[in-house]
Amino acid sequence: MAEFLMPHLGADMTEGVLRAWRKKLGERIDRGEIIAEVETDKANIEVEVFNGGVVEKFLVDPGTRVPVGAPLAIIRYDKEPAAVAAPKEIPVPAVAAAAPIPVAVPVTPTALPVPAGRLHISPVARKLAAELGIDPATVTPSGPGGRITREDIERAAKARAAAIPAVLPAAPSLPAPAVSDRQARMRQTIAAAMARSKREIPHYYLSTTVNLKRALDWLNQENLKRSVEDRLLYGVLLLKAVALALREVPELNAVWESGKLLVKPEIHVGVAISLRQGGLIAPALHLTDKKSLGELMKDFRDLVQRARAGSLRSSELSDSTITVTSLGEQGVEGVFGIIYPPQVALVGFGRVEDRPWVVDGQGLAVRPLITATLSGDHRVSDGHRGGVFLNAVDRWLQQPEKL
Amino acid sequence: MTNQDIQKSVLRILGTIAPEADLSSIQPGVAFRDQLDLDSMDILNFVIALHKEFNVDIPEADYAKLATLEGCAAYLESHQTSPA
Repeated sequence: MAEFLMPHLGADMTEGVLRAWRKKLGERIDRGEIIAEVETDKANIEVEVFNGGVVEKFLVDPGTRVPVGAPLAIIRYDKEPAAVAAPKEIPVPAVAAAAPIPVAVPVTPTALPVPAGRLHISPVARKLAAELGIDPATVTPSGPGGRITREDIERAAKARAAAIPAVLPAAPSLPAPAVSDRQARMRQTIAAAMARSKREIPHYYLSTTVNLKRALDWLNQENLKRSVEDRLLYGVLLLKAVALALREVPELNAVWESGKLLVKPEIHVGVAISLRQGGLIAPALHLTDKKSLGELMKDFRDLVQRARAGSLRSSELSDSTITVTSLGEQGVEGVFGIIYPPQVALVGFGRVEDRPWVVDGQGLAVRPLITATLSGDHRVSDGHRGGVFLNAVDRWLQQPEKL
Repeated sequence: MTNQDIQKSVLRILGTIAPEADLSSIQPGVAFRDQLDLDSMDILNFVIALHKEFNVDIPEADYAKLATLEGCAAYLESHQTSPA
């Protein structure tokens, strides 16, 4: 038996409104099924459960505004949630000005709270902490050997929820929020997350120009073989190239939590999608590096449609390990974006534009060029590794048949 | 279908792609992308919807011909399957 809590769906979420229950009392719910719809300042989210069980009790009525981490329901789980793949903790390399290639020397960042020692925390508890936005370093452990357990995280989440002014009932008739109100709240939440990012993350920025001729020529030929419904946009080539390059520079596929870099074992690229009423959202394309271009395109289309229709799933908002944003269609030449915490990197792409390009050192030719940029967190990576990453992106885009 | 009927269908499809758009203000000779906030994903979805509605295979090379309401209607009219 366990409490099902209001999930933490991104750095900018502090509370949500329960819009509806999707299950009935006593009904069985399987892993990955939707239990509730929650409205955040950015979108309506379908909240999944990560373990199967039976709904025992609802603690909150639809229409209620609930802080992140507050109990929503009681679920009798089939078994203790299975362990998830643990992220790899790696030491943070020193950032040494004028050092040609920094070596991996563990250092203590001075601007952040530093845990007394290595945290003993189960993978399940770590994942739950990430979902609920709880910093494990602030949790009192109760497990053997000072290990932080799932129950410790749940207790911390409840304590935090209790500290927030009581659950606020919304209007009982559940009126849809006015678009202007929603836009205003979305701007506030984006502002809060971006201000936090700029306050806490020492950004560095790199850019490189990529010749897309081979990629676009290959894409044109590939699309000739595909039906209208299966055609690819060049954007999925960029996403796949980023995902494959991350395998070579894994410290960029990571989050910064409790003063440590946690490299994620799986690559879930978050894609910045502009919403029609204004604002943006960056849901995850799960397992981006493992999918074929056709699968990625199908998932990407689905994700954009659901993001704009307001029917994303909770895992899509909590799982991104890096964000990619493209502003090429707005005519932008290069994007120097702000990292979305707790992520540690953001990749930007500008417009594809025919420009002069030196071919084989022989002479000029006109080529479709794009500016790829990296915003990196200097606490966990440096310009050298960032450069390796951008070079890898370029290299993958020069061999599109291998994407 | 007449050209007028095709234009109505195209506008209906456009309404599903960009629900916030004021379709009554669409100027037939002006590019959709200059009048509506459409990106490449919207254009792809638009072409897929036209393909399904009119049963016309539209190669990528012809996308430019679909840029305006007038162009769209003319293209689809000329590619209509003749009734059996």
